[in-house]
Amino acid sequence: MKRIAFAAATLAIACAAPVYAQNEQFVPANFYWVGPYAPGGSGFGGGLIDYMQMLNARDGGINGVKLTWEKCETEYNNARGVECYERSKKHPPTGATVIHPLSTGITYSLIDKATADHIPIISMGYGRTSAADGRVFPYVFPLITTYWSQATVMVKFMGQKMGGMDKWKGKKLVLVYHDSAYGKEPIPVLTDMAKEYGYQLTTIAVPHPGNEQQAQWQQIRQIKPDWVILWGWGVMNPTAIKAAAKIGYPRDKIVGVWWSGAEEDVIPAGSAAKGYISAGFNAPGADFPVMKDIKKYVYDKGKGEFEDKSRFGSIYHTRGVVAGIVTAEAIRNAQAKFGKGKPITGEQMRWGIEHLNIDEKRLKELGATGLMPTLKVSCMDHEGSGLVKFQQWDGAKWKVITGWMEPDRKLVRSMVEADAAQYAKEKGITPRDCSKDSL
Amino acid sequence: MLYREAGQFKSTYAEDQQIFPIRQDRIAMLALLVVAFVVVPLTGDQYWFAAILTPFLVLSLATLGLNILTGYAGQLSLGTAAFMAVGAFMAYNAMLRIPHIPIVGAFIIGGLCAAVVGVIFGLPSLRIKGLYLAVATLACQFFVLWAINRIGWLSNYSSSGVITAQRIEIFGYPVDHSEGKYLLTLSIVSVMALLAKNLMRSETGRAFMAVRDMDVAASVIGIPMMKTKLLAFAISSFYCGVAGALYAFCYLGTVEPEAFTLDLSFRILFMMIIGGAGSILGSFLGAAFITLFPIFLNVVSKSLENALGIEISHAIVSNTEAMIFGGLIIFFLIVEPNGLARLWQITKEKLRLWPFPH
Repeated sequence: MKRIAFAAATLAIACAAPVYAQNEQFVPANFYWVGPYAPGGSGFGGGLIDYMQMLNARDGGINGVKLTWEKCETEYNNARGVECYERSKKHPPTGATVIHPLSTGITYSLIDKATADHIPIISMGYGRTSAADGRVFPYVFPLITTYWSQATVMVKFMGQKMGGMDKWKGKKLVLVYHDSAYGKEPIPVLTDMAKEYGYQLTTIAVPHPGNEQQAQWQQIRQIKPDWVILWGWGVMNPTAIKAAAKIGYPRDKIVGVWWSGAEEDVIPAGSAAKGYISAGFNAPGADFPVMKDIKKYVYDKGKGEFEDKSRFGSIYHTRGVVAGIVTAEAIRNAQAKFGKGKPITGEQMRWGIEHLNIDEKRLKELGATGLMPTLKVSCMDHEGSGLVKFQQWDGAKWKVITGWMEPDRKLVRSMVEADAAQYAKEKGITPRDCSKDSL
Repeated sequence: MLYREAGQFKSTYAEDQQIFPIRQDRIAMLALLVVAFVVVPLTGDQYWFAAILTPFLVLSLATLGLNILTGYAGQLSLGTAAFMAVGAFMAYNAMLRIPHIPIVGAFIIGGLCAAVVGVIFGLPSLRIKGLYLAVATLACQFFVLWAINRIGWLSNYSSSGVITAQRIEIFGYPVDHSEGKYLLTLSIVSVMALLAKNLMRSETGRAFMAVRDMDVAASVIGIPMMKTKLLAFAISSFYCGVAGALYAFCYLGTVEPEAFTLDLSFRILFMMIIGGAGSILGSFLGAAFITLFPIFLNVVSKSLENALGIEISHAIVSNTEAMIFGGLIIFFLIVEPNGLARLWQITKEKLRLWPFPH
C-alpha cells in the first residue's frame, strides 16, 4: 500500500512540478519575516540567502551545482514551522537536504521527523543542547556552540572580570530568562556551576513576549546581584536594558546571550544600552573578505535581501552568512566524497556535516577569519567548537572585547551525555557506534 | 434534483430518529468516510498527512470540545489550549509511568485529567456567566501553563520543560509513519464526533441547550444546574484533552508548554465562531477554514509569483496574508454570523428545491 501511495505521490509531483534543472541543490529558507521576532528571522535568513547568492554569482554554485532556495514563513510558530518543513521536503530535485529551523521550539518539533526523513537539522546556537551527542542524535547538529557551553563561558568571563574564578564565592548571580524552553536551557548548568564556585543563583522568569518587566527588575534591585545574565529574545531585550537603567543597575554588569546581542536589541534602548555586554559566536562587520564579496557580487548588482542597507554586516546578517558558510562547506564536503558536481541527498549531507573541518587555513580561504571560530565536527561531537566571544555596545556599534573563549568542556559534555542517554532510553534508541564510519 | 427526499418513507421510530434521515446524506457520509479512510491513505502524500490533514483533524476535535461547552451549553471558555496542554502532558506521563499501557489508554487518561481540571475551573460557572466566566477560564489558561512550567514532575524533570512523545505502538506494531498517525487520529476523531453527535441528541444534550437558551427557565423545568454545567465542562475538557494528546503524539512529536498558549485558545474560538456555534459539522468546517486558508493563500501567492515572474517582497506576502484573513473573518461575521455550518444548511435547503424553486 505504501509503495502504491509513494508511486502515486512521485507521479503527482513529477506531473505537477515545473521543470527544474537537475544540477541544483535545494536549501529551504524557512524563516520569519513578520511578527515580534522578525528582526532575527529576516536578518539570519537574509545572510544565508545572500551567501548562497554570492556563491552562485562568483563560483557558479558549488562545483557547478547551483544553489536554490525557497522562502517559507514560519512566524516562529511550531505548527507553521512543521508545515513549511513538510512542504520543503518534497521540493525538487532532491528535496530539502538540510534545514535551519531558527527556533528552539521548531527544532524540538522536527527532531523526530527529520531523523525519520533523513534530513539533517543544523540548529546553530539554539535548539536541543544534548543533541551534541551525535550517537543518539545522528541527524541533529547544534553546530559551533550550544547554550550550555555558552553558560559556562559566561560564568568564566565574569569570573575573569572579577579577577579569578575563586572570587565567585559568596557572590550573587541573577538569570533573567524568557519563560520558554529556550529560556530555561541554561538553568541546570548554572545551578551545577553554582555548587562548584559557590555563588548564589536566582532565576527570574519573564513571560512572553516580555514587554513588561518592572516587577522583575524591582526584584533584582532588592537582590543587588553582582552580575545579571539576560537570556532574552526579541522585544524582551531592549525592555530589559531600559528597565535596568531605570533602577540604576550598571549595564556593564549585564551579560546577554547571543540572541540578546544584536543591533536590534540595543538600538531601541537608546543610550541606556551603552556598556551592555553580550556573548556571540560570530563577529559583526562588513570588512571581512567574504562580506566584501557579498557586497561586490550581490548588493552592487542591485540584488540582496536587505532593502535597508544599514543592516548589512549586522550581527544577525553575519550570523546568517556563517550559517551559509557551514551549509556550503558541508555540501562541498559531501560532494567530494559522493561525486563532485552532483546534487547530494540528505544522508550524504549528514555525512558532509559530520565530517566538517573548517580550520584557520580554510577560514582564510573563505575570507572569514575572525568572523566565526574554527569548527571540527565528529560523530561523537555534533557541536564542533564551543567557542564564544564577548562584545560590548559602545553606543554606536558592537565592539569585540575578548578572543574566542573555551567552555567548561568536561562539565558540559557529562551533562550532554546524561541528557542524551535519558532521551535514548525514553525513545528506545540504541546509540550508534562511533568507531564505524556510517552513511 | 439529486438531493430530494421524495419517496423516502419512514415506517419506524428508529428510522425517523436516525442521525441522517435523508438517504442522500447517508450515502454522502459513507462516501466521505471511505475517502478519508481508504482513498486518501492510498493516494495522499506525506505532506498532506503530516502538515495538513493531521493538524486539521486534531484542531477539529478541539473545536468540537469547545463547541460542546460554548456552542451547546452556552458557557464561554478561553481555556481550550490549557485543557489541551493537560491532556498532552498527562498522556505523556501515563505512557512514561504506567508500564505497557496502550496508547489509547494514555489518551483516555490525558482526557480524564483534563476533565478533572475542567470541572474545577468550571465551578465558577455556577455563579457567573458570559464574559465574566470567560475571564475565569482565562485564569485556567495561565494557571495551567504556569504549573506545567514550574512542576518538574509533569515534564519528567526535563531541564527545558519540553516533552517528547513516546513511540506509538498498536498491538505491537509501531506507528511512526505519518500515514499511520493520520489514520489513528482519524479513527479517534470519527468515533468521538459520532459520540458527540449522539450526546447532543440525548437528554443530556437537550439539557445543555436548555441551559444555553435560558438557564432560569431550565432550572424551573427541573434541569439540575450544577450537574449539567459541570458535566458540560467535563465532557468538553475531555475532548480538548484528547485533542491535546493527539496534538503532541500524532502531530508535533515534541512539545513545549508554549505550544499551548492563549493564542491557540483564541484560534480555536475563532474556528468555532466561523464554523458555527452549536454544530458538530461546524467544528470541522471552522477548523478546516482556519488551518487551511493561510496555507492556501501562501501557496497561491507563491504560484502567482512564479506565474507572473515577479518577486514580491516576502514580508509583504506574509502581511497581506494576515490582512486578507482578518478581512474574511470580519466579512463572515457580518454576512453569516451563524457560521459556515449555517451556510451549508441553507445550501442544502436550496438544493432540495433545485432546479424548480416555488
